[in-house]
Amino acid sequence: MDETPSFDAPEAFGAPESTDPFTPQARHLVVVSGGLGDPSSSRQLADRLAAAAADALSAEGIVPEVHVVELRLLATDIAEAMVNPSRSEALQAALDEVEQADGIIAVSPTFKASYSGLFKSFWDLVEDGVIRDVPVLLGATGGTPRHSLMIDTAMRPLFSYLRTKVLSSGIFAASDDWGEVEGGQASTRTTPLQTRIAAAGADLASVVARLAARPRRASGAPKPLEVTPFDQLLRGE
Amino acid sequence: MQFGVFTIGDITTDPTNGTTPTEHQRIKDTVRIAQHAEQAGFEVFATGQHHNPPFVAPGNPPTLLAFLAAQTQKLILSTATTLITTMDPVRLAEDYSYLQHLADGRVDLTMGRGNTGPVYPWFGKDIRQGIPLAVENYHLLYRLWHEQNIDWQGRFRTPLQDFTLTPQPLDGVAPFVWHGSIRSAEIAEQAAYYGDGFFHNNIFWNKEHVIQMVQLYRQRYEYYGHGKAHQAYVALGGQAFMRKNSQDAVNEFRPYFDNAPVYGHGPSMEQFTRMTPLTVGSPQQVIERTLEFRDWVGDYQRQMFLIDHAGLPTDVVLEQIDIFGEEVLPVLRKEFAALKPADVPEAPTHEFLVARHERGEDPVPGGKEGSPAWQDAQERAATAEHAEQPGA
Repeated sequence: MDETPSFDAPEAFGAPESTDPFTPQARHLVVVSGGLGDPSSSRQLADRLAAAAADALSAEGIVPEVHVVELRLLATDIAEAMVNPSRSEALQAALDEVEQADGIIAVSPTFKASYSGLFKSFWDLVEDGVIRDVPVLLGATGGTPRHSLMIDTAMRPLFSYLRTKVLSSGIFAASDDWGEVEGGQASTRTTPLQTRIAAAGADLASVVARLAARPRRASGAPKPLEVTPFDQLLRGE
Repeated sequence: MQFGVFTIGDITTDPTNGTTPTEHQRIKDTVRIAQHAEQAGFEVFATGQHHNPPFVAPGNPPTLLAFLAAQTQKLILSTATTLITTMDPVRLAEDYSYLQHLADGRVDLTMGRGNTGPVYPWFGKDIRQGIPLAVENYHLLYRLWHEQNIDWQGRFRTPLQDFTLTPQPLDGVAPFVWHGSIRSAEIAEQAAYYGDGFFHNNIFWNKEHVIQMVQLYRQRYEYYGHGKAHQAYVALGGQAFMRKNSQDAVNEFRPYFDNAPVYGHGPSMEQFTRMTPLTVGSPQQVIERTLEFRDWVGDYQRQMFLIDHAGLPTDVVLEQIDIFGEEVLPVLRKEFAALKPADVPEAPTHEFLVARHERGEDPVPGGKEGSPAWQDAQERAATAEHAEQPGA
């Protein structure tokens, strides 16, 4: 018997009516790049990871919708949001995309043995619990491969705290890696960057494809409020 | 429609001359501001409750409000907010009940949870229990104001056996209660459950939040059968600085905005005025902005303004109150009244509550017979009974 997947949103006050009605088979990938330059190698890595994941999703018959959040363009808004509860429209739109993502690709440059302060500040603005169980692929860039454990020592705990499904594969791109190709010098003995990117993209796609699409709301619409009936609150539930 | 002034009693250095008022000066000036608000035609004055510097709003608002009751004739004395989480509901019931007698009924309250973490442990409480504390404490407070010889037991306070409040509320009618919250759906639900009012202090928030919370409160108010959604009691916050020419207002207020702990060193004044209700400009701009709030939340009952903030000298604050009284409030009253449908209630007063009580029309917490909430409860009970029958 054919099981038709249900894309209905959960019952909640002001809940969105359905997932994207035109393409219910779509999955929304949100790419958050913490690169500070333009051009930026973090953005470059993020784009390549997104392309790899999108290709793998397409191969499974799923329509990938990719949204890129470039934090350098939001730097002032993020700083202002730290000291004031108001959010600029651009920042709120970015946070809304992240909250509704079916999969997240998060990439930061390595600064002083960790992610950049801007990258951390952005995730500080994401409310606890809103991206619980969302698959996350981590990526980082740095000057030399000696920083490559940053993904595991700094980024992974952050995304564990956010209760996301952090994929075991994380992609670190040192400056040298951009010069490496399949069939390059055997003496380097590392897997070329593009090969690692393709594998990680496929890894993310395989998890995203197996999860139901998350409910989406009309763009700009605030998050629905969920109500616990008051007699339950009174009983301490 | 009621208009009011609310204060958080902040002690802030005036950035234009470096002077800082003493606590004594600020407290005495608060009294002047309240008296002046009454003379200018405001109906309400509300004080915050604070337990930490740089604020001198009273730790127990009835102390200030009782003094103001003696200094004013018509002003409704209120709070913004009373901390329902960290205060003993028995003391709240006693103190506000006593105040209500002294003030001949010119008293209501706005309940808030408080967001200063250390205040909770100072009073033996835990901020992570904020919502459960607000729920349990208010339920006890409600019972203390509506019942006698109470037996009560809860999670956060020693039990009561055969407790009767003294003094009983004036004319057998508890002060009207507003519940204030910015983002917590539970508090909008709480206000709706009891048929109380809902206050959204929108002064730092984008309008989407305001609309969503008030909409939720209104729908649940109707669900609990206290009236139609558009008849629920809504109050909003707001803040403004005015001069005849708007550019003068902008120039004069900018150093205060840029340096105030609550505003400064973040978004520019222009961004902030676009995103939040803060209006810096001419009286006409304040009128237009305030009327816009009605488009967001529907016809509402009370508009509070924060005026004495950011280190403004008291004389300037009094001047601002005068501009409100002369140029803003008369127009707003006329405009709001012309737009308001006849079946939307006015803001509650003691006289209104007494008349409602005598008609036997007090709200029934959780919904009176026939309300959608009552019908749901009946159905749930029937299902549960059915499930208990053997063989069912």
